[in-house]
This record gives sequence, C-alpha cells and structure tokens, in this order.
Amino acid sequence: MVNISSTLKIAFRALKVNKMRSALTMLGIIIGVGAVIAMLAVGTGASKKIADQISSIGSNLIIILPGSTTAGGVRMGSGTQPTLTTFDSEAIQKECSAVLEAAPVLNGVAQVVYGNLNWSTGIIGTTPNMLSIRDWPISSGRAFTPQDVKSANKVCLLGQTVVDNLFGDNNPIGHIIRIKKVPFTIIGVLAPKGQSPNGQDQDDTIYVPVTTAQKKLFGTSFPGMVRIIMVKAKSTQELGLAEKQITELLRQRHRIGAKQDNDFSVRNLTQIMQTQEQSARIMSILLGAIASISLIVGGIGIMNIMLVSVTERTREIGIRMAIGAKTWDIRLQFIIEAMILSLVGGAAGTIMGLISSEILAKATGWSIVISPISILVAFGFSGIVGIFFGFYPAYKASLLDPIEALRYE
Amino acid sequence: MALIEVKEICRTYDLGDVKVNALCGVSLEIQKGEFVSIMGPSGSGKSTFMNILGCLDKPTSGNYFLEGTDVSKLSRDELAGIRNKKIGFVFQGFNLLPRTTAIENVELPLLYNGLNAKQRRELAIEALKKVGLQERIDHYPNQLSGGQQQRVAIARALVNNASLILADEPTGNLDSKTSFEIMELFVRLNTEKNITIVVVTHENDIAAFSKRMIKFLDGSVVNDMKVIKNG
Repeated sequence: MVNISSTLKIAFRALKVNKMRSALTMLGIIIGVGAVIAMLAVGTGASKKIADQISSIGSNLIIILPGSTTAGGVRMGSGTQPTLTTFDSEAIQKECSAVLEAAPVLNGVAQVVYGNLNWSTGIIGTTPNMLSIRDWPISSGRAFTPQDVKSANKVCLLGQTVVDNLFGDNNPIGHIIRIKKVPFTIIGVLAPKGQSPNGQDQDDTIYVPVTTAQKKLFGTSFPGMVRIIMVKAKSTQELGLAEKQITELLRQRHRIGAKQDNDFSVRNLTQIMQTQEQSARIMSILLGAIASISLIVGGIGIMNIMLVSVTERTREIGIRMAIGAKTWDIRLQFIIEAMILSLVGGAAGTIMGLISSEILAKATGWSIVISPISILVAFGFSGIVGIFFGFYPAYKASLLDPIEALRYE
Repeated sequence: MALIEVKEICRTYDLGDVKVNALCGVSLEIQKGEFVSIMGPSGSGKSTFMNILGCLDKPTSGNYFLEGTDVSKLSRDELAGIRNKKIGFVFQGFNLLPRTTAIENVELPLLYNGLNAKQRRELAIEALKKVGLQERIDHYPNQLSGGQQQRVAIARALVNNASLILADEPTGNLDSKTSFEIMELFVRLNTEKNITIVVVTHENDIAAFSKRMIKFLDGSVVNDMKVIKNG
C-alpha cells in the first residue's frame, strides 16, 4: 500500500533540507566503499601478479640443488658442492613414475658478441625437454634436438631481450654469435615470457645444449656435472610423490648411508609459489576487511544522523500518524532515507574507489585489478549498511505516540 | 444509528504512584450532521475526550462506537486506517508540514491510502476549492497567513471525504476576524456538505457558532445543551 515514488520524493526533500549534514553522512559511506574497492583492487592485483608469475615459470615444478660442503666444520651454502650430473637427470626421468620430464641445467654468465655489438647474459646449458618443463614455446626457428645434445653441437636459442640487444628488428636465425669467443649458430628464438617471480627478466637468456656448455663454455670438475636439475611432475597431486621418489633415487645413486645427510636438496617450486599466492590472497582479504570497518563506521554515522532526524521531526511524524500513516509507512520513510544516503554514497564511493585505484596504480606501479564483483559487493554492502543502520531509527520513529509527537516542540 | 456513541468511557493515566482519572464515565451520542462545541477549563478532560474521539488514544474502559464499529478494541494500524478514512483533524497550531506546498500538505492523507498522483492532485485541488484557496496551491506554509494555513489544514481534513472533523481550538492562534471566518467556513461545511464537526474551544463567541455545546469539568460532562441562536 505504500506509495514508493512519493516516499522517495519525501525522502529526497528531507535530505535536501540539510544538505551539508547529508553530504557529510554520505562521506562516511563514500570513504568506506572507496576504500573497500581500492583495497580489493590492490589485493587482487597482487595475487593475480603472483599467479601470472607462477604460470610463467611453469607448473608442477621441482628443482634439485646440489648439497653444501663442509670445510673445517663451517658448512657452506647449498650448491657449493657440485654433486648432480646429467646422468642423475636421465635416471630421474626414466625411473621416477611421478615425473613427467627432467632436465639438467649448467649455467653461467658470459659475454656474447655479434658484429660490433656485445651483451652479457645468462647462458643455460640444458636438454630440449627443458622447454616443455618451463612451458616455453619457440617463437621462430626450431628448438635443439637430442642429437644436438649428443654431439655437443654449437647451436643456441636466444631469449627476446638478447635478440633486441644484438639484432634489433633483424631476424637472428642462421646468424652466428660468439659466446666466450666460441661461435654458435642461432637456430631459434624463445617466445617472450616477462619477469620471473623475483623480478628477473626471464627473456635475458641463451639456451645451449648442456653438453656444449660443459665442454666448450664452463667446463666440469667431473664428467657430466650440472648445477641444478629441473623436474616437472605429472600432476599437482603427484608433486609430493615425485619429491619422495627423487630423494630415494638420488640417495641410492649417490650411495648415501642411512644415517648420512643428503648431498642435494629437493625443492617444490610450485608449492613455494602457491604459498606466496595464498598469502597474497589472505592479504587482500585482510585489506578488504579493514576497509569494510570504515564502511561500518560510515553506517554508524548514518544511524546517528537518522536518530537526530527522527527527534527533530517528531512533530512531522505525529502529523503523519494523525492523518493515517501506519507503522510501516513511517518505518519505510526513514529506511528509504537511510538507503538513499548509503546508496548515493555507495555510487560516489565506487567512482572514488576506481579513481583512487588508478592513481595508486600510477603512483606506485603496483598491478591493480578491479573486478566487477568487488564493485558489486561494495555497493551491495553499502545498501545493506543503509537498511541495517536505518532500521533502528525508523523503528524508533514508528513507536512514537501520536499525541505526544503532535505536542512536541 | 449515531455517528459517535460513547458508553461509560474512562481514561486513567498511570503516573506510577498515583492514578489520574482524566475522564470518567462519559456517555454521549453525536448524530451525523451535528455541529458540537466542547468547552471546559484546562484539565477538565476535554482534550483527552477529543483524542479518544480522534482514535489517537484508547479509553481505559468503556466503549466507543464510530459508525457502529467498536474502535476501542482496534490495533494501532487499524486505528491509523480509521483516522485516515473517517476523521479529519484541525489543530490549534495548524500542524502543516514545513517546506511542503499547500497542495502537497492536502495530498498527504491520500498518500497513505494508495491513490495515484493524478487522483491525489485532483482531490486535493477540489478540497482547496472548498476552503477558497485554489489560488495558492503552490505556496509554502510560511508564505501563507495564519487563517490561510488553517484553511489548508481544513482542506487536508476534508480531502478524504471524512464524515467527522475534529478541531482542537482551531482559532486559538488566530485574531478574532480570522477566527470568525474560519468558524463560518465550518458552519458552511456543516450545513452544505452535512459534515459532522466537533470543536474544542475556550471562547463562548466561538462556541456560539455551533448547534450543541458540551461542557466538561473534572473528567465528566456537566452540561449538554442546544445553542440558541439569537437573531
């Protein structure tokens, strides 16, 4: 029976009478909604960035590092004692059922020369299956083959950054570059991959066959030595199993007794990344929660002003009751007023949130993701705040005694 | 059937330690088309009686029949419905909504019975015509004189075709010339439209406009008589 359009009109008029007061009340909601949207944008941006990085290094990855040496009771860092070989890598691929692929890596930094240009970059000696482990396609040319590895051919794949620095816009395929003065034929270019999770340019690299790296570039202290082994498990569920199988296999191969420590370490890269992603997500929830506190504070502001308004307009309420307003007519009038405050504030806050997210993104360089859901949630939440905090004043108004209210000065 | 029939109504205010009988054992009938004035000193119970007649208050005991329905047993919202459809109020202080135009004030009761905007406007204009204010429908209360404000209030009381108008000291805030104009308006509404009017007043010359005078003292009716018009 309540007439919505006239109720809206009455509510707007009542709010217009106290423009400053209404605007300040709305400001609470504007800040609240704006903060929720901006904070969620920052949080979502952070977790999306991490998720992107995870997919850029490849999924279901395990990395095997050599162990540490002990010199005079001082334990050196991990990787100080080279213990891993290409044969370990082959054995892992062959014998561990949970492993999809395994590739050895022997890397180092070297000066690369082409014509009168030179560039210092990371050289990675590995096997062809490294590309599928890293989910890294070739953008032009071809990858090197197991045959290239077997015969230690002087062929190489360039990352996009190296191409940009040595060749500019020219096609590098077929040209010869010198790595540590050794001539290599360029057979392919790796697709651009962007930054790694710790901020390194993954495209600043050259891939060569591991055997070539061992024999021509970096040398080995014993046959087949490599620095690390990268492993891709068959699935996320089998990561744990793969870790266990690799550990057992390598202990066996390295003849480590039951009471001795491993001379290598196995790290689940994907798990580490997922933990990071999870903490980013928790951070974003936390930020959102803190921001929604300001939304609740804004709601309390609405309640406060509505209570003042009910007291101020006691006589008006009395008149309305005398001429036939029922309980819910009065309640709706005040709830709608509160909702207008919160929804108009919510709309303005959404715009504020979008603008401040953009400014934040520009000023800090953070990646920011504004999801439509966060806008919907913030806006919907502001409406609920309006109803929730508007109800008590409205309820109070509807319980007034008309005779008393009419006499109110 | 009488428009108003009250039977042995009492209204007791419980003030904690003491109970005050504002109204005690009042019984009377008012027929349709009567013009009644209610007089009495302050504290005599006349305002309490008006509140009960206006369905703003309920008697502590006794029965009040309005057009045959016992309204003393109705709920808050049912009473609001009765006030909306059957009763029009005119107050001493006009009680118009500020910052609201004359026509919007008159439309107010229609807002609570579900008429659309066009119907509301038509009925409100008609009511304002009856009180002679059709020229000032878009004026705000603070742009109108006291007499004009009271006319708007009367138009608001008329707009729902109420069968009963209750006026609580309607001329209390007006000068004597305007008071008489307002009372003449009541007389005209009473004779031409056959609307039942009950006016509470202090003043004998205001009561003289009515056809029947009821005097209250200490919560009871002490005098109920016809007004003899001289001339």
